[in-house]
Amino acid sequence: MQLLAQVSSETDLYVAQNIFFAVIAGTMIYAAFRVVTTANVVHAALWLVVVLAGVAVQFLFLGAEFVAVTQVLVYIGAVIVLFLFGVMLTRASMGDDETVAGEKRAMAAIVGVLLFAVMAVALVDSFEDTRVDIDGPQGVVEVSDAIFSQYIVPFEAVSVLLLAALIGAIVVARKD
Amino acid sequence: MLLNQFLLLSAVLFCLGVYGVLARKNGMLVLMSVELILNAVNINLVAFGAFRADVGGSVFALFTIAVAAAEVGIGLAIVLLMYRNRRSIDLTQADLLKG
Amino acid sequence: MFPHLAAGAVSEVSTVTNEANWLLENAWLIALLPAISFVLILFFGKKMPFKGAEFGITAVSISFILAILTGAAWMDHRDNFTLDTYGEKAAVLVDDGTGSAVDNVTLAAGTAAEAAGGDGQAYVAVQKTTQWLQSGGVEFNAGIMVDGLSVMMLFVVTMISLLVHIYSTDYVGGDRRYTHFFAFLSLFTSSMLFFVLSDNILQMIVGWELVGVCSFALIGHWWEEKPNSDAALKAFITNRVGDVGLLVGMITLFFAAGKGMTFDTITINENILQGGVSHTALVVAAACLTIAVMSKSGQFVLHTWLPDAMAGPTPVSALIHAATMVVAGIYMVARLFPVFWEGMQIDGSSINFLATVGAVTLVGAGLLAFVQDDIKKVLAYSTVSQLGYMAMALGVGAWTAAVFHLFTHAFFKANLFLGSGSVAHAVHSFDMKKDMGGMRKFMPKTYVTFVIGSLALAGLFPLAGFWSKDEILVNTGGWGILGGSGSAPGSYTFHFVMGMIGAALTAAYMTRCVYLTFHGEYRGGHHDDHAEDHADDHGHHGEPHESGPRILYPLYILSAFSILVGFANLPPGFLTGSKKDPAGWQERFLHFIEPAGSSYFPAVGHATPSWWLAIVASLVAVAGAGAAFTYYFVKVDRLAQRTGEHLVGLPNGVTTTNALARAGHKLLVNKYYLDHLYTGIIAGGTKGPIAKAAYWVNQNVLDGTVDGAGRTAVQSGKLVYEKIDQGVVDGAINASGRTSDAIGEELRHINTGRVQNYAAIMFAGAAILAGAFVLLLAL
Repeated sequence: MQLLAQVSSETDLYVAQNIFFAVIAGTMIYAAFRVVTTANVVHAALWLVVVLAGVAVQFLFLGAEFVAVTQVLVYIGAVIVLFLFGVMLTRASMGDDETVAGEKRAMAAIVGVLLFAVMAVALVDSFEDTRVDIDGPQGVVEVSDAIFSQYIVPFEAVSVLLLAALIGAIVVARKD
Repeated sequence: MLLNQFLLLSAVLFCLGVYGVLARKNGMLVLMSVELILNAVNINLVAFGAFRADVGGSVFALFTIAVAAAEVGIGLAIVLLMYRNRRSIDLTQADLLKG
Repeated sequence: MFPHLAAGAVSEVSTVTNEANWLLENAWLIALLPAISFVLILFFGKKMPFKGAEFGITAVSISFILAILTGAAWMDHRDNFTLDTYGEKAAVLVDDGTGSAVDNVTLAAGTAAEAAGGDGQAYVAVQKTTQWLQSGGVEFNAGIMVDGLSVMMLFVVTMISLLVHIYSTDYVGGDRRYTHFFAFLSLFTSSMLFFVLSDNILQMIVGWELVGVCSFALIGHWWEEKPNSDAALKAFITNRVGDVGLLVGMITLFFAAGKGMTFDTITINENILQGGVSHTALVVAAACLTIAVMSKSGQFVLHTWLPDAMAGPTPVSALIHAATMVVAGIYMVARLFPVFWEGMQIDGSSINFLATVGAVTLVGAGLLAFVQDDIKKVLAYSTVSQLGYMAMALGVGAWTAAVFHLFTHAFFKANLFLGSGSVAHAVHSFDMKKDMGGMRKFMPKTYVTFVIGSLALAGLFPLAGFWSKDEILVNTGGWGILGGSGSAPGSYTFHFVMGMIGAALTAAYMTRCVYLTFHGEYRGGHHDDHAEDHADDHGHHGEPHESGPRILYPLYILSAFSILVGFANLPPGFLTGSKKDPAGWQERFLHFIEPAGSSYFPAVGHATPSWWLAIVASLVAVAGAGAAFTYYFVKVDRLAQRTGEHLVGLPNGVTTTNALARAGHKLLVNKYYLDHLYTGIIAGGTKGPIAKAAYWVNQNVLDGTVDGAGRTAVQSGKLVYEKIDQGVVDGAINASGRTSDAIGEELRHINTGRVQNYAAIMFAGAAILAGAFVLLLAL
């Protein structure tokens, strides 16, 4: 995090960084809110881009550079494009026919708020003022070392999973 | 920076995602909401990884991204199939399980 | 004797790079060859002149020769190998220590040889291991472990597989999936060899599942017919039940005995024998592994798949369901014997789970064999019964007896199965009552081999079955009345009695089988339609006729073995030699096979054989055979000759005159209703328990009310009766219907069929539970 100057070394508080975080987080929450409320599917996909980019910035905050780059490449580069293809192929409504019954929305909102309440209480209760100290970005070398030594078995499993997903998607979606 | 600011942001995203999964009736939008949930989880993983100065958090976030990619692929295939069979991706109409 | 070892731990494992015989170190070749053959058959089989059979036969032949050589090498190793010879080298190489982690040979040695085995020779297993991968500090190794038990299994599997290969070229000749058949025979042989060579429990699980898959494919070889594919599925699914036991047991072993660090069989066994492993964990592991044995080796109550597995081609039945695969369970117990020895406290006990399962199977399946009309099913139940013998023997601590019975049984049971296939090949049916009888005249050679197999199975002196069965009975240690139990591990009287009953039953049902198949008059019609899938080159079918040489020679060889292999383990007091004198004939099998005195095998006691016991057991078997002989060969035969009819039993037999016998017969015909239990009650119950419960309430409770109302109405007079009956009854029925309908109608609102509603309920539930948890923690 070289780009953010440390303002007060005594309190170890990065003011500029926190302001920046607040702006990004606010944008993300607003964008996420739009994703789940907008009636237009294409708009929803575009708002999703904002959220995903915000998540990538959060990864940068946390010093996980490689994950941030992967996030941009895989999510914004590939997944969103997939979604847009999906929208076109299904000719999903571009307009505002998203008429969700009030009852259903209320139910979902209750569940969501309930979940958030539980999580917020638990988190605040257990972590209070715990700090994250980021000494510097995590190197790609460290990540790749970990993947190819300690986590080699899950890595191989993921490769099999991707193959299975590939075949599965073809089998499910092909015309026959 | 506080650990909790990341965790709470992740909680908000997660709950918005849950709301979207439960309230949306368009299959595509439900899939997008699932992405929100997965991203919230990733923020959690990376935050805890940074907190513990352990590279494992990042590694698992990468695994989650790979799994999410697979999930989108399969999910879109299912939505496409549903569209082909019903000319609609309205999930409220998919109620064959109805008792 | 070995000061450098005896000082510290008794069961220290010394790591030596390479000092055992080349053949013993490279026994994996034996398993590899059939695997190569499998691949070759799959890719090139159809283009070859013999449709792929040549690959299988060549590979298995070479494997067989290697197995014999390995056996010889093992005998040499057993007699001439001591740690003294290699002790110095071991020390040097351990010091050296570099590079030995990747590829090394471990010689697990015991120093307690003199104490337990009395051979004065350490029993040293050859283990060769390669690290496959490593994760989280746990090493996953692939390796072979060669000792007496695996060498014996190598010999049995390759020999019977080779004979079955040869036999099959004739038997399934012209079949539409001939090439695939041979491919799977190869794969099966390879899997089984892989299984018996495993040096760690992980590899054992892999081998165990591989043979299961091959069994599935081969049972369903003629899958076009529904019963065959059903039988294959049944075998597969029943085995899954046992696999749960296997996995749980092996995981328990890994954490309890392997200390969460190693899968190595020898280390696990050693840890158990040294103590320090939780006894509770061993009890759990032993019980779970027993369940695995119940499914794989067809023990009560999971044996039901095995008779159905006879839907596969006969050579497969001989190879898999008699001689090799089904003994996988027995082999697993033998390999991990300390688990059972300690877990079930076999020593000095008089009852345990494994032995009792075996004893019940032994008698239960023996009885079932009586009511089968299908010759292969008789043999299938006989297999189940004999596997019961083996499981019982292991359960009572008679390790060598069990393994020896496995060895002898493989030969005579393969002989019988191939013989039944030879008969069936001639009459195109397996039904003894409808299509056989009098086959002696048409197939004299098959007849002779079949009778030899039957006698060996019945355990008559001096054929193979006699020796192994006698050894099991001796080692139950429960025969105090017949001359003392020697130093048998326990005193299992109940199991001894069951063993005796089993001996009589075996002799009796085999007599019945021989009569129905080979004696009396030929009952088969002349088959004009050859619609059978395995229709062969026999176009003409006036009368059944003897099979060709490719079928007969395997039968001759197996008959010879059925007569002779019993002599491999003569008890003390027979012919020359003794334990101390390796040149003699006595207890050779025990000497070479049992890892007595090694660090991974418990000190199992051996009972002293008794002449009285041998005589009584033989008399019991003869009595069983005699009873069946009197019934079939004398009574039925005479009646048949007098009336000139084709009889398969007396018209006024005991089942028609005695109600109890009839009920018993019905119970047996329905196989103790186990199939009904599984498909009807368990599977059906899971499918629609609520529907069933509602139906039951409707039938019993509501109808009861209705009946009561009806009876009251009768007393009120005819006219009123009609009205009340109509009114009350219909009213009650309608009301009950309406009530349940209304309840259902209310409940179905929850079941909207919309996934999102379900998800909402799930999320809300999870959130509430998590909230409760947070609150609890906060308090």
